[in-house]
Amino acid sequence: MDTTPKAISGVSTFLDDRIGAGSFLKRNMRKIFPDHWSFLLGEIALYSFIILLLTGTFLTFWFKPSMGEVVYSGSYQPLVGVKMSEAYASALNISFDVRGGLLIRQIHHWAALLFIAGMMVHMLRVFFTGAYRKPRELNWLIGVGLLSLALLEGLTGYSLPDDLLSGAGLRITEGVMLGIPVVGTYLTFLLFGGEYPGHDVISRFFTIHILLIPGILLALISAHMVLMWVQKHTQMPGTGRTEKNVVGAPFYPTFMAKAGAFTLFTFGVIALLGTFAQINPIWLFGPYTPADISAGSQPDFYMGFLEGSLRLMPSWEINFLDHTVSLSVLIPALVPLGIVMTGLALYPFIEQWVTGDRREHHTADRPRNNPHRTAIGFTGIAFYGVLWLLGANDEISANFHISLYETTIFGRFAIFLVPALAYFVAYRICIGLQRKDAEVLSHGVESGVIKRLPNGEYIEVHTPAAQDIADHIRGKKEIPIIESGVDGDGIPPKGARTAIGRLRAKASEAYGTDHVPLDEGHGHDEHAAIGAGDHSDGHRDGH
Amino acid sequence: MTDNINDQPEGRVPARVIGTPPSNGPILGDEIVHEAKGVPGVIPADPAVAKRAERIVALLFTITFLAGAAFIASYVIFQVGTIDRTAASNYALGSSLSIALLSLAAGIVVWVRQIMPKYNLVQERHPMASEADTKEYVEETFLQGANESGFVKHKMLRRTLLLAAAPLGLAPLVLLKDMGPLPGTALRHTVWGTPTKDGKPRRLVVEGTGQPIRAADFNSPGGILSVIPEGYEEDLNALAKATLILLKFRPDEIKSGTNLNWTHDGIVAYSKICTHVGCPAALYEQTTHHILCPCHQSTFDAADGAKVIFGPAARPLPQLPIAIDSEGYLVAKSDFNVPVGPSFWERGDAEAEAREQKA
Repeated sequence: MDTTPKAISGVSTFLDDRIGAGSFLKRNMRKIFPDHWSFLLGEIALYSFIILLLTGTFLTFWFKPSMGEVVYSGSYQPLVGVKMSEAYASALNISFDVRGGLLIRQIHHWAALLFIAGMMVHMLRVFFTGAYRKPRELNWLIGVGLLSLALLEGLTGYSLPDDLLSGAGLRITEGVMLGIPVVGTYLTFLLFGGEYPGHDVISRFFTIHILLIPGILLALISAHMVLMWVQKHTQMPGTGRTEKNVVGAPFYPTFMAKAGAFTLFTFGVIALLGTFAQINPIWLFGPYTPADISAGSQPDFYMGFLEGSLRLMPSWEINFLDHTVSLSVLIPALVPLGIVMTGLALYPFIEQWVTGDRREHHTADRPRNNPHRTAIGFTGIAFYGVLWLLGANDEISANFHISLYETTIFGRFAIFLVPALAYFVAYRICIGLQRKDAEVLSHGVESGVIKRLPNGEYIEVHTPAAQDIADHIRGKKEIPIIESGVDGDGIPPKGARTAIGRLRAKASEAYGTDHVPLDEGHGHDEHAAIGAGDHSDGHRDGH
Repeated sequence: MTDNINDQPEGRVPARVIGTPPSNGPILGDEIVHEAKGVPGVIPADPAVAKRAERIVALLFTITFLAGAAFIASYVIFQVGTIDRTAASNYALGSSLSIALLSLAAGIVVWVRQIMPKYNLVQERHPMASEADTKEYVEETFLQGANESGFVKHKMLRRTLLLAAAPLGLAPLVLLKDMGPLPGTALRHTVWGTPTKDGKPRRLVVEGTGQPIRAADFNSPGGILSVIPEGYEEDLNALAKATLILLKFRPDEIKSGTNLNWTHDGIVAYSKICTHVGCPAALYEQTTHHILCPCHQSTFDAADGAKVIFGPAARPLPQLPIAIDSEGYLVAKSDFNVPVGPSFWERGDAEAEAREQKA
């Protein structure tokens, strides 16, 4: 094709004459996007969000966010004649009386799970590769905000069908809110329009779920994308890749097509799940009443860690001067979430303070090359993981025939021990992987070829690593360490004189010290046996 | 040294380490050999491969067309209305939709990978910070504008503007007040303390059936009932605080924690609302007399005043004083003497206060 078809050139001329779209396209059509499988994780979340908007809109056409009482008369026979809220009745109607309603409901629920799961793994990728570093701290903070909002969005959505299970979640939310010191009862009465459950909370959650939070999410996601676009994506280290360039494929046509395909792929997989993997069968739970509950009530996976922390907590409560602080509610509900979210939000800045590194970073770190960061990340994962696992301790107890209380008591210790162990293990693994890298560079890789030397000795011939692998390994960056040593007159630098300054210097040294520097020494190394033919001098004993 | 590899048989030299990126990616040194032929960094696809790929893509797109048509057909063919028909409709719609989407996605992926060129394009990055003279210009303009506006010079203007903003900023928050009433003492009472219209004590009725309970009929030790107040069977607000579990013990099973004056013939009534975060503590183990809340596994000893024996709940389930009326039905003698359900800031140590009052 040598000329642009009229249909396209006409429209584009029209637009260019009016908004000058040409100069924007000139700069951006061939914008380069680097490639790595882990860069797709955030896209899963993005496309799930689009699916959520589409399917959610569909659901609102039939859902009635009302707690008014109706007698069910729809197609689901076991519940005919049962009194229930209009919300629950309309959710049943969507499932049984609207063609495709059940499918879209299940797709919506699965997409919500994938949305949050996608955000979580994306965030881990960004964390472990240090992609949150300058200049991307703002985008990282937006990401933390997105995750927090998504949890809230999930919570409000989960409560809408007003079935027995969703009501249990709502009751726990209310119980936790009540426990907030000073303002808890007031907040609860405002949210529920009086006493629990009242008649307002579903319609209020509905507005929050379909308008307020999605609106903010949409704005923040757009900002997230714009910043990513402006700052250009990070890239993994490799041949020809520097801090000053981006190597990869252009937006038009490749990346565009790939993104489209990945959207469809995400949608397709969610549609498969929505078709064959039943989720939240609300018709089995029955309408909500605060007097009943079903055993084995489980929240969606992303709330599991809060459930676990509530279960682990010993029964602490403080009464003083006629007031009550229910620590057994407040600590588990606020502290783990606080630690995780605040920790995530502050990490880029704490790391900057420790390393004194104010440079821009555009190549991602391989997780092994910053072992302390990676170990801290795994500590967080272990902390979250223990809570999450213990959120299902009743299921564990029932399925593995372990005493329920033993799982809880195990969890009370594990919540401190497992993260510490995870730190140690992750750190050692990082160092081990770094050693492997150093060995690949200095000794090459095993060729699988055994040679017999004239003196009868057998050796395995090593061969230099492939160029791309070697370059990938050489992408390891030094982590800066702040100046802390004394100068000629025995005086430490200004920053390191206070207690905090000394702590900072110590942390900086621990964080930045490279225990396994890469050694490019070819040949002169005793252990090396690189090259098949040169056995005249190099191959001495030493394997 | 690399040339020495050549005397090895093909494929015997693993030039890769597990876990490192594949060498057939677009970034690789080897592929740059093709570069000279066309645009630098753009490596055209092999025409033979592209030709084969085109057929595959066309096939996949055709499958999408057929599956999409099947989706529309399924919508028309499969009606909903019963559980089985809904299930059939769900499977038909869902599988055709999934196939359509996945097949289209696969088609585009093959297209991108085998028909479009491989790219190894390089773009320069520039520091995010603006040039020094830009910064300087912006700063000067800012100062100039600030001075021109008079915001700095006119102190009164500045202060009254801030003053003006304060109530307007608060207004949206004030407006939210009518979302709910103030708590007052609502959390301290349940409907058990409200007498019926004719002034009699309120009867206990079985949840679900609404039947009043004759003490003489609830006579097998180890029995348990979920009980709600008569007249409030459908009032969820009332039930959220007033729901009970009613248990029957042999007299020798009851321990000192239980207030015997509040029982009737071994029948004890506890609040069903867990004192942790308010789930119904619905599970009961007859042999151990343990009441277990399924939400967070707070466990209470029903024989001993429902005191906490495990889990996060900090207080026992409050006991309701019960008796029988003239017809032999169980009734509430009074309201609970402490607030039921989860703790809240204003609650205080209600149990201690209740003990003091008694003494």
